[in-house]
Formats: sequence, structure tokens, C-alpha cells
Amino acid sequence: MTVLLGSIDLTFLAISLAKIIVLTFMVILPMVAYSVMAERRGAAIMQDRVGPNRTNLPLTLLGFKKDLSIFGMGGLLQPMADGLKFILKEDFTPKHVRTFYFWLAPALTMVPALLTCAVLPFGSELNLGFLGLAQPVKAVIADLNVGPLYTFAIASLGVYGIVLAGWSSNSKYPFLGAVRSSSQMISYELSLGLAIVPVLMVFGELNLGKIAAAQDADGWLILPLWGHGLSLGRLLLWIPMLISFVIFTIAMFAETNRMPFDLPECETELVAGYHTEYSSMKFALFFLGEYAAMIIGSGLAVTLFLGGWSIPFGPLLGLGYTPGATPLWLGLLHIATFFAKVIVFILFFIGVRWTVPRFRYDQLMKLGWLWMFEIALANVLLTAVIMWLVPLK
Amino acid sequence: MPSVLFYLFAAITLLFGVGVVVARNPVASALSLVCSFTGLAALFISLDAYFIGTLQILVYAGAVMVLFLFIIMLLDIKAVEGRPTNYATAVGGLLLAVLFTIQIAMVLGGFKEGRIALADQPLKMEATASKATLNTIKDELAEGTLPDAKLMGFTLFDKYPFQLQVVGLLLLAGTVGVVVLSKRDRKEEVS
Repeated sequence: MTVLLGSIDLTFLAISLAKIIVLTFMVILPMVAYSVMAERRGAAIMQDRVGPNRTNLPLTLLGFKKDLSIFGMGGLLQPMADGLKFILKEDFTPKHVRTFYFWLAPALTMVPALLTCAVLPFGSELNLGFLGLAQPVKAVIADLNVGPLYTFAIASLGVYGIVLAGWSSNSKYPFLGAVRSSSQMISYELSLGLAIVPVLMVFGELNLGKIAAAQDADGWLILPLWGHGLSLGRLLLWIPMLISFVIFTIAMFAETNRMPFDLPECETELVAGYHTEYSSMKFALFFLGEYAAMIIGSGLAVTLFLGGWSIPFGPLLGLGYTPGATPLWLGLLHIATFFAKVIVFILFFIGVRWTVPRFRYDQLMKLGWLWMFEIALANVLLTAVIMWLVPLK
Repeated sequence: MPSVLFYLFAAITLLFGVGVVVARNPVASALSLVCSFTGLAALFISLDAYFIGTLQILVYAGAVMVLFLFIIMLLDIKAVEGRPTNYATAVGGLLLAVLFTIQIAMVLGGFKEGRIALADQPLKMEATASKATLNTIKDELAEGTLPDAKLMGFTLFDKYPFQLQVVGLLLLAGTVGVVVLSKRDRKEEVS
């Protein structure tokens, strides 16, 4: 037993646990709750409605004259009220379902969505010298050398949740939703994977932390890597990188089953798709899983294309990252920058949802297989040719 | 990695592997195979082979098995119940398994390096860094991290490019064959 305990690095374990708890449960889950709220308010604004604006601290119950609204803005407690409602609602399991898989499915949607955040570098590093830690703590849960692949691998497990939900519900609409979802996710995974190949070629790196650090020193990928001066090669590389970014973003919408591609739960045809038979917290898990996947997808897009945690023009302002010697305030600023970028990306997701109409199913498949896949493939070739003609370094 | 984790993941791999064979419901079988693959991926990762471990999940658990499950559900294969056990195949399978175990035991018996206790021995990466020809691989080895994805890609494309092309061609032939077969079926239906 002592040998076993000796083989475990306790400091490492404690730091990792702290990172997991803080990132997953104290940052991403609240972000999930509030992006639901942002979605509803955003939808309301775009459709000229009011949206949820009444939920406040119910001080009138305690005899005060007015309810207290946080920041003078009503409705900020709506996510809490929603959560409470989901927990308190009757959890109804229909009689015709396959019970074991019916219960398993919501967990299988939520867990992979949260697991993928393990390789996201959400900041540069934190100098926790005042806690007695000699080495600065890297702001990433697992510093893997196969970052994007890990994310894709775990995210691809998320499809089981949807497929099992549809199949175990034992009724027609959920089943159709599940079949649509699995074929859609398999189709768009190809474009998603191929879209990041040019990125990996430019960086020569699979470690997301190193990709973010390289962008901090060298300029963001979606800006033409301005860091070491603009050369012809860098300007030319802008073209395939933009194509890559567009394909990645579109494929991400399809992978997270978001609006132009939300055929699996298309309410005009399939009632509610794969979660038709679900109620209360089990339904909420599907709902939250979708938003968690959206947040992590945004995080991945930000890390690969928009500079990750790097502050715009940071090195020019003296806010750059120096390995091992970044002060604590700068580390915290990097984390704030990362989440600011992610929030902007989520608002973009929400904006798109209420702007674009839904595809028809055959159009979706045609787009995926006849356009996105080919363009992504040609893009890899284009990047290779540019990198061969005008070497980066 | 603590050896407890090795036994845990080995147990997961084996138990779910048995589950694939024993389960009566084809969906349960398919899902058991997914769990078995996940355990196998964890074992790969414990050998510092992050790339292969991730690919194991990405390709087998994430893509191949989804297609399997998809087809099982579309065909709506009912659970096989009440069918009498075929003793001939059971005995044959058991015999094969025993033979295979004996073979593994004999190979392992002749493997001298296996007697040295590994005891979580780290890889000698700094020492091999000088032999690396590619700069990115050399840098990472010197840092003490194993660039397994790069090493694998380098070996595949530098040492075995011809074999890789042949495998690619084989897969292409398979794809074309599937398309031809399915198209021919549809034409017959129309006419």
C-alpha cells in the first residue's frame, strides 16, 4: 500500500483535481446555464420580444417592497429557477422503453461533452509561488501531445448518447432523430478533422498548449501570423487558413446539432427528435450536453484559429507570455481573455441560430459530402503547395 | 502509471470482451465491444502510446462501432433467445482459445527482456534525442516528452511510403467495389 501511494505524485494529483473541479464544475457548468439564458434573451431581442426578464431574488416573500434584481437587470436568476424546475418535475419513464439504455443515454451525452475540456489550454500558466509551488501551474488539465485528436475522439463518443436515446425510446420519431443524428455526425466528423489538418501543418504540432503559445508569439492564425513581419508566404497562407476556419466552424455547427443543422431534433418534422420521450432532469442533461459541446467546440475553435488565451497584440503591448516567468496577474488576464473569446464565439452561435433557416436532410448530406469534404481536402493540398513554394521559416 | 490501473483497465478490456460473446442482445454486444476498446485504449496510453490510444477510440469506438450499432438498429435484429447452443462450434472455439493461450505462453517464455522488472521505468528519451533526424522530434525528445504521433508519421511516410500507398489503393478498391455493388442493386430494382 505504501509503495502504491508512493507511486502517486500527490501535488500533481491535488493540482489536477483543483483544475478539474474549477474548470468543469465552476466555470463550464455555469457557462452552460447562462448560455441557455443568453440564447433565450438573444432570441427575444432578435424576434422583438421581451424574453425571460422577471426572475429575481424573491425578497417580496420576506416582506420587502421590491424584488432584488442583480445589476438592475431582471431575469439573471432564470437559470437557477430552470434548474430547480427540472429537478422538481416528475421524472416519467414511459412503459415501452428499454429502461437500462433509456437511463444510460443522457449520461452518455453529457459526460463526453464535459470530458473534452481536459486538453483545452484555458490560460498560459499561473505562478502560484505564494502557495509554495516552485513550478508555475499550466492552465490546462492534461497537457497531451495529441490534443485535437483527443477532443475529436471523445466528442465522437457523444453520438452513442443520441443513438441510444433514439433506439431505447422505442418509438418512431426519436428513432428517426437518432438515425439522422448518427449519419450527420459521422459525415461531418470527416470535414471537421480534415479542416484542422492545414492548421497542424502550419504549426507542426499537435499540442494545443504549444499551438496557443505559438500564436501568442507569432500572431493569430486567422490574422496572417503578423508576429515576425508580413511576408508573401504568410499572406498567401491566410487564404487556406480562412477556408479552414470557415469549414471548421460549419462542421462544428453540424457536430453540435446546432441550428442550420439541427435535423436530429427538428420540431417541425420529428416532435423533438431523439429526446421526445424524455422528461425532467434526463431531458435537461441532453439540453445541457448540447450547450457544453457548444462551449467546448468554441474553445477549440478559439484555441486553433483565434489565438487561444493570447491577448490581441499582446507581445507588442508587453502582455506576452514568457515560459516560466509570467506573473500571476498576467496569467489571470490570459484566462479572462480566453473565456472572453469563447463567450463571443457562443454569442455568434446564438446569432446564427436565429438567423439561418434549417436545411432539408438531403441538402445537409449533399453539403457535407459534395462540398465541405472536397473543399477541405483541396485545402490541405493548397496549404502544402504554399508551404512548399514559400517556406514559413 | 500505478500498476493498479493496469489491472483495472485489463479487467475492463477482458470482462467486456467476454460480454461481447455472452450477451444475447446485439446492441449490448456492440456496446460491450466499445467499452472493451476503451479499456484497450487506456492500456495503450499507459504504455506512453497516446497517439495509438486516441486513434483506438477515434476510429474503432467512435466511428466503426457507431456504424455497427447503426446497422444493428436499422435491421432491428432481435435478441437471440432460446436457440440451442451449437456444441461443435463452442468446443472448436474453446480449442482455438486454448491453443492460442499456449502459443502466447511459449512466446513469452522465450522472451528474455520480460524477466527484467519494469517498475514504472521511464523511457530513455534524452539519450535517443541525438539520433533523431527531424528537428521537431529531436526537440521534444530532448524535452523529455515522447512525440509519438510525429514518430509514427515519420516512420510511416519515410520508411514505408510504398506499403502505405498499397494499403491506400486497397481501401480505394474496396470503396469502389461497395459503390458498384450498391448501384447495381438499385438498377435492378428500377427495371
